Amino acid sequence: MQISEAWLRELVNPPVTTEELVEQLTMAGLEVDSVEPAASEFSGVVVGEVVGLEQHSNADKLKVCQVSIGDKEPLQIVCGANNVRVGLKIPTALVGALLPGDFKINKSKLRGELSLGMLCSEKELGLTADADGLMELSAEAPVGTDIREYLSLNDSIIELDLTPNRADCLSVEGVAREVAVLNKMEWSPIEVTPVEIMHDSVINVTVEAEEECPRYLGRLIKNVNPNAETPLWMQESLRRSGVRSLGPIVDVTNYVLLELGQPLHAFDAEKITGSITVRASHKNEELALLNDQKVKLDGFSLVIADDKDALALAGVMGGEASSVTEETENIFLECAFFTPICIAGKARQFGLHTDSSHRFERGVDFTLQERAIERATQLIIEITDGSVGPITEVTNNKALPQRLPVNLRRQRIEKVLGIKMSDGEISEIFERLSMQVEVLSDGWRITPPGCRFDISIEADLLEEVGRIYGYNNLPNSSLLMRSELGKAEEAILPLERIQDLLVDRGYQEAITYSFVDEAIQKSIAPNDEFICLKNPISSELSVMRTTLWGGLLNAALYNTKRQQSRVRLFETGLRFIKNNNETIQQKMVSGLLLGNINPEGWAEKNRKVDFFDLKGDLEALFHLTDCKVQFVATNHPALHPGQSADILNAEGKKVGLLGMLHPTLEKELGFETQVYLFELDQNLVFNRKIPKFEVLSKFPSVRRDMALIVKEKVQIDDIINCIKSCKEDIIKDILVFDIYRGEGVERGYKSVALGLIMQDVDQTQTEPEIDAIFTKVLERLNIDIKAKLRD
Amino acid sequence: MSANLEEILAQGLQALAETKDLNQLDQVRVMYLGKKGAFTLQMKELGKLDPDQRRAVGQIINKAKGAFQQKLEETRLAMQQAVLEERLASESIDVTLPGRGQSIAGLHPVTITLRRITKIFASVGFKIEEGPEIEDDYHNFEALNIPAHHPARAMHDTFYFDAHTVLRTHTSPVQIRAMESQNPPLKVIAPGRVYRCDSDVTHTPMFHQVEGFLVDTDVSFADLKGVVYEFLRAFFEKDIQVRFRPSYFPFTEPSAEVDIECVMCDGKGCRVCGHTGWLEVMGCGMIHPEVFNSVEINSDEFTGFAFGMGVERLAMLRYGINDLRMFFENDLKFLEQFN
Repeated sequence: MQISEAWLRELVNPPVTTEELVEQLTMAGLEVDSVEPAASEFSGVVVGEVVGLEQHSNADKLKVCQVSIGDKEPLQIVCGANNVRVGLKIPTALVGALLPGDFKINKSKLRGELSLGMLCSEKELGLTADADGLMELSAEAPVGTDIREYLSLNDSIIELDLTPNRADCLSVEGVAREVAVLNKMEWSPIEVTPVEIMHDSVINVTVEAEEECPRYLGRLIKNVNPNAETPLWMQESLRRSGVRSLGPIVDVTNYVLLELGQPLHAFDAEKITGSITVRASHKNEELALLNDQKVKLDGFSLVIADDKDALALAGVMGGEASSVTEETENIFLECAFFTPICIAGKARQFGLHTDSSHRFERGVDFTLQERAIERATQLIIEITDGSVGPITEVTNNKALPQRLPVNLRRQRIEKVLGIKMSDGEISEIFERLSMQVEVLSDGWRITPPGCRFDISIEADLLEEVGRIYGYNNLPNSSLLMRSELGKAEEAILPLERIQDLLVDRGYQEAITYSFVDEAIQKSIAPNDEFICLKNPISSELSVMRTTLWGGLLNAALYNTKRQQSRVRLFETGLRFIKNNNETIQQKMVSGLLLGNINPEGWAEKNRKVDFFDLKGDLEALFHLTDCKVQFVATNHPALHPGQSADILNAEGKKVGLLGMLHPTLEKELGFETQVYLFELDQNLVFNRKIPKFEVLSKFPSVRRDMALIVKEKVQIDDIINCIKSCKEDIIKDILVFDIYRGEGVERGYKSVALGLIMQDVDQTQTEPEIDAIFTKVLERLNIDIKAKLRD
Repeated sequence: MSANLEEILAQGLQALAETKDLNQLDQVRVMYLGKKGAFTLQMKELGKLDPDQRRAVGQIINKAKGAFQQKLEETRLAMQQAVLEERLASESIDVTLPGRGQSIAGLHPVTITLRRITKIFASVGFKIEEGPEIEDDYHNFEALNIPAHHPARAMHDTFYFDAHTVLRTHTSPVQIRAMESQNPPLKVIAPGRVYRCDSDVTHTPMFHQVEGFLVDTDVSFADLKGVVYEFLRAFFEKDIQVRFRPSYFPFTEPSAEVDIECVMCDGKGCRVCGHTGWLEVMGCGMIHPEVFNSVEINSDEFTGFAFGMGVERLAMLRYGINDLRMFFENDLKFLEQFN
């Protein structure tokens, strides 16, 4: 909310500077977002009056004006504005004036005619962003007066960012009340005296929606002057509050809304058929609103209707058909209290947000309506004349909000706020806040005023005490609390350790959005069922990822397109899989690598990364855990069918996978090199066994090498598993130290060189014993996988 | 005899002086000290002498032999030294050439910041809790005292899946989940991703928050102030000014917004702090009795405070990052600055 400091100070004028006032407001919870001068800096502009006007002899569009500024001789000023005319009063910049934007006014000649100043528009004075012609001042404006003084431009516009609980401060009066409390002083509410009734015509009002609209006041004002204009002071007040002037009737309703916080609406009485009904909308009922928007209503919105149609969306916006126009002579003025709950969400439902709905959904003082309608009537009569009718009021007391007393226990002040305060101080704070205070033996009974919708429990009162006392004046205590010793879980590998390992192996951590492009999601995980956001921010961020690869591939592309030829990334986070109407949120760790194995260097020949570089990194990761894994060739739609593997744990459960991005996808996505990817399920991987000591063998180990000829399709795991199936405990380790194809090995076969490491805990192995084991292993290899010893 | 010996010694020393390498030196050694070496032969001759002469002559031979041996050792050492020096000289390299091997990467600045935040709180016994990112309406709003149509919902631009399922808009639902499953006293810190349907220069649709809360029998606003104050000083490693302003969150009462003295301009006023000298860094307050009600904790017996902060914001202030969007572009040139 925007508020003029000068307007505020008319109601309460504490002896503090603008800066101090702003600080007070912010520290009391009415956060000041900005303070701007009401007008840009300028000087040398006075009220002038056009007293003579001639066509410029050398320019069709220019006029030569004689402008009185109160001195004896009028000034000759050349002007090109359309609305310049004799008798018009305008802001006149004199020679030597400095206008916003460092624009200096000099004595000049325009097409041969002397010009001793400039007639100004609102835009040239920096009051508005646009202007259509000169700024027209009221006929009463005193000629020669400095325009800053005349328009009270030496004012500040304070922008308040109010929290939703402080609806009571959504008006000049509300802020004034708060400022008075903070400065411990009195303030002057707007004086409202009822206007004399001049006729007795009424429009009947029926409130069907009694719960939603507990109070409705209406009044007919006849014969207003349609040609009347909003006085400049009111226009300026509105402008400084960020509201456009739209004609006197609407301006008055807006003015009272700003002044008192009560939204009002004026209908053109001639356009109301029969009487007024406040009712729920009919389903599919249509209403053309003031902002040219046509809304189709549901059956739950509250409308103001006549005998035929809905006229206005209650508390939100009026309708076009019944709006006040330049021809309107008879108006029906509405001033109601709609409950927050019935307005809440209504404006948003139709994509609207109005000053009225903003206040109603937060809570308007339900005791204010009579005062507000009298205030508006008074202003309307002052500006447009007219004949005032009686107020029609429909009030359903049962539906009006209650202001129940709330108890505050003395001991809670110290318990919650950490301070001791005297009873007198507490009472005084609440009294200053216009609350009713009753002193009890153990505390107070406080009844809040109608404008406060945020006081219903003890904690709300405690907040008021803290707020007025000043949060910064409350003590700071150092951490005194019960403590227990922390845990040092050894059986769970912390995620941090995995992150650190990957970082140390050259993977940069990335963080990508949890929602991705649907097309990418479908192409990298066509078999996963994903879930869609109902209101995504864009189509690129519209579905929840079922793999972290989408974001990582995107990030990798972002970098390869920026001259990064070597990229290693990893990310940890959730993936979201739909499974029988249930969404599983799974913690994953995923990564990607592409480009050369090493950064470019002098020492060795570089090469591209391959499957086994990635596998090596993952094996290192698994070494940290207790997860004994197996890599099993697999098929995955996003991966190369010959270079992808599922990672299975000892129970055969899939804990992750890795592989080369499918060449088709690689091309489709725009990569120029192979990309390798992995993804692991954190929960299945991060278990660690608490180490259990095993006796070390005192006897030396023996190594026996063998070179086996096997068919190409035999995998290393087949060979190793076969050797393990011999159950020779003394075989402690099996090394693969060479794979050979070529001369000496038949086509379709390969030679695999293995080293068997054997060691016994109890004795040194004798040669015959070793030979026997070796032979047994060979036989088994021969039987199971047709392996032969290479000659 | 002794003249002969002198000659042998002189020749021997001469031979030593002429040797060029350790091989030659060894040959000379054999020539004089080997089984058939000149000195050895002299010693063998001793047996032929009278026993009373033997002693004196023996001494002379030993003296000459000793002199030779000493020179031999000296020469050997000098040669060994020369060989070593030559080797060292030949093996010297340009130590300014870059080392071989891989570069080490780094963590994302958000992770670095999260780790620092959690470390500070963990040091006084806060436990880390996590929660789902796809949340139900109850935990994200209702239980936090934000009923449907509450104006505060407008403050959260929520991503929906259906009427009751959302992407969590804050980490506060973890507070509810922790209090549902555990009994006070509780000291919890909950870091994680949160989502708001908003994207512009200063908003990304996903960002990170850390929620923290403490529930015990005698927790006051003063404790909240103390914890927040000490945390901010620890995080910025600086004795910064901190102020608390009344604010509004449906799940705390009293509620406060916390400002720190601008770390960019030391509170003098700059573009970053909007020339106010203050920066808003977190929201906090005393846990609302309604929130305690929804998790069945007696708010007369227990009080508690909660706070929440934006991780990217803290990272930006700590490292001087001026564009929020950079966090999720994952440009290596950006990320590597934090390695």
